[in-house]
Amino acid sequence: MAKHKTPLLDELEKGPWPSFVSDIKREAESRAKNEKGVEYQIPVDVCDDLLGVLELSYTDGETHWKHGGIVGVFGYGGGVIGRYCDQPEMFPGVAHFHTVRVNQPSGLYYSTEFLNKLCDLWEFRGSGMTNMHGSTGDIVWLGTTTPQLEEIFYELTHNLDTDLGGSGSNLRTPACCLGMSRCEYSCIDAQDLCNDLTHEFQDFLHRPAFPYKFKFKMDGCPNGCVASIARSDLSFIGLWKDNIRINQEAVRAYIGGEIPPNGGAHAGRDWGKFNIQKEIIDLCPTKCMWMEGDTLKINDKECNHCMHCINAMPRALRIGEDTGCALLLGAKAPILDGAQMGTLVVPFIKCESPYTEIKDLIEKLFEFWMEEGKNRERVGETMKRIGLYKILQVLEVEVDARVVQEPRTNPYIFWKEEEVTGGWDRKIEDYRSRHKM
Amino acid sequence: MAFISSGYDPKQPMKDRITDIGPKDYKEFLPPVIKKNYGKWLYHEILEPGVLMHKAESGDEVYTVRVGSPRLMGVQTIREICEIADKHCGGHVRWTTRNNVEFMVDSKDKVAPLKEDLLSRKHTGGSFKFPIGGTGAGMTNIIHTQGWVHCHTAASDASGTVKAVMDDLFDEFTQMRLPAQLRVSMACCVNMCGAVHCSDIGFVGYHRKPPIIDHKILDQICEVPLAVAACPTAAIRPTKVDLPDGTKVNSVAIKNERCMFCGNCYTMCPALPLSDGQGGDGLIIMVGGKVSNRISNPKFSKVVVDFVPNEPPRWPTLVKKVRQIVEAYSKGAHKYERLGEWAERIGWERFFEVCDLEFTWHLIDDFRDPAYETWRQTTNFKF
Repeated sequence: MAKHKTPLLDELEKGPWPSFVSDIKREAESRAKNEKGVEYQIPVDVCDDLLGVLELSYTDGETHWKHGGIVGVFGYGGGVIGRYCDQPEMFPGVAHFHTVRVNQPSGLYYSTEFLNKLCDLWEFRGSGMTNMHGSTGDIVWLGTTTPQLEEIFYELTHNLDTDLGGSGSNLRTPACCLGMSRCEYSCIDAQDLCNDLTHEFQDFLHRPAFPYKFKFKMDGCPNGCVASIARSDLSFIGLWKDNIRINQEAVRAYIGGEIPPNGGAHAGRDWGKFNIQKEIIDLCPTKCMWMEGDTLKINDKECNHCMHCINAMPRALRIGEDTGCALLLGAKAPILDGAQMGTLVVPFIKCESPYTEIKDLIEKLFEFWMEEGKNRERVGETMKRIGLYKILQVLEVEVDARVVQEPRTNPYIFWKEEEVTGGWDRKIEDYRSRHKM
Repeated sequence: MAFISSGYDPKQPMKDRITDIGPKDYKEFLPPVIKKNYGKWLYHEILEPGVLMHKAESGDEVYTVRVGSPRLMGVQTIREICEIADKHCGGHVRWTTRNNVEFMVDSKDKVAPLKEDLLSRKHTGGSFKFPIGGTGAGMTNIIHTQGWVHCHTAASDASGTVKAVMDDLFDEFTQMRLPAQLRVSMACCVNMCGAVHCSDIGFVGYHRKPPIIDHKILDQICEVPLAVAACPTAAIRPTKVDLPDGTKVNSVAIKNERCMFCGNCYTMCPALPLSDGQGGDGLIIMVGGKVSNRISNPKFSKVVVDFVPNEPPRWPTLVKKVRQIVEAYSKGAHKYERLGEWAERIGWERFFEVCDLEFTWHLIDDFRDPAYETWRQTTNFKF
């Protein structure tokens, strides 16, 4: 028998898509029955009260969660977000309902042994409700009380060999696509880079030292499955510099209709016979491809590695072998002064363990931003305020036409004195000797 | 319920303390076929919606069955995922960046029993636990935020709106009949956790009433200068207020006509709540964004529906408008064309027409300099 009536939420148990309401109810029932005899460390009816407070929000159209208080574990300035209900008398089980962010393994692979251990801990010391995963990438645990936080941290670090993630003005938990583990497009070992930088910058991840949050995300190729270009302060996108590898026999098989284009992605509709001219060559943004008889030609020097032809004919075309990554700086969502896409600052850098060159760049960037960034200013906003060229100077990278979409449309150049013949130190007397007043 | 210690001693917090160890090494979790062929994959094929085959240089194949999830899940469901992974996948499983779950097997004959098992599992309410799909030229899982389940700034619910839209567009998840992939995201306020600002379709929780000022407590719980500085349009100024009991307190005044309802002041000061269930809060719909560099550059999403009301539990107006957009896109776009590329090709004026959406003055950008770039400076438009 459910603790609260939830007629509105019950409507969301219908329909084919997995119901989160059914999922919360399932957890509530399991806790009520407690067949395994768990000594729950937070209220047994926490999930019933979560349904209750959510039903109240569905009735009145407003959230019933308050601002987080300062809670956390000793020595860390992040990883836990305080959460309190504004109707604690009605819903005592969720009166204190803090979030714990657990640092996910790179690429989101798990063994069931590890997952089951996480489940045991979270059922015992929390609500049992999770997000797999949060927007930033962490395993998110929803709902526990303050006295459980140190206990959870102790068990995570001692028994599960796992740490908390980031929150607040910290380095946020880095995230990546699945990279080379199961994708033929990945130009970099995104998982290894993600894991390496996460360990390298642990101090920043746990102790707020920045003006605001800072996110690293790693995409193995320009398809951008982890959306690094849109939502990370420093985005790593894998690229190749040399030639696309062509298997001409497979090209002919695509033309002949023996292999479905785009890995079979369009199989659900009859789009007609595959037409290499229309679907590949004409759609190439740089028009660097053509057919000579039944042979596909690519002028690789003009390729901008957009991935379309490779995506569309994965058995015929492969990424090149001289691989590395581009670095783009400053992406963020619209709050406050509008959204920003990552801006290219390094067109190509080698990306091999131990990533020394990349780490040097990051340290220069952090040092500068901690000094110059204003409170609650994302690095992309700092860059907008001071200009792209200053950032290139900070990073000590060479100026390259690739970092702009187009050159400036105004002539207001801030020349430096040393760039101008004779310098700026002029005498009016000299000028007047040539020009009378 | 008796308190059970983990071993942590609150009197000696530093005793045996382990910190800064970071995440577990991902290599421990890779299935054998993945570990063996790491970095040596040749190509992939989508055999049917939700089923991928990756071929390695070694000749090995790995078959992946992708299923949707509500993201918000309890440990009972995770244990069930583990049980399935133990039974079919040698104890390995992974999640995607869009909250799908992937079960991997190393030979083709293991796919059918895995699929059958996954589809046989339903919640008592009737929904699938593990619907198969989310691949290729179709719609995959909707990225979303916490909403009323867990967030203090939410202007709408995340899980509920997503469930309602996914139920309606379920066939686009289980099939691959769209012109290209359709990436849909939801954020429950304009902070936009997730990449809603760069999605084919995004819906975003949204306030429309300026904050209510809780003068009685504002100076006790907030720093007035921080609240003032939080406002991007300088609508907030410090002031002194006489409370009904005669006491004079420091507080703030707000120029309502300057408020853009971003909620940044509320983030900095809990005495300035914005949420409003009496006609204020609802959602906007944005379209045409993408993060991929394929063919065209990454793009931001554009606001195309200025407001839909909060209509829990099933948000019928939101669901209807999203469907209108998806159907018009499906009908009008070329093969490989993303929603934003299609809208740019036909022109936004035509987009509103074919989607049967109203273009109102709210959709003309007037926020800061970049607004100018969105106005039309050419006679190349369509009647």
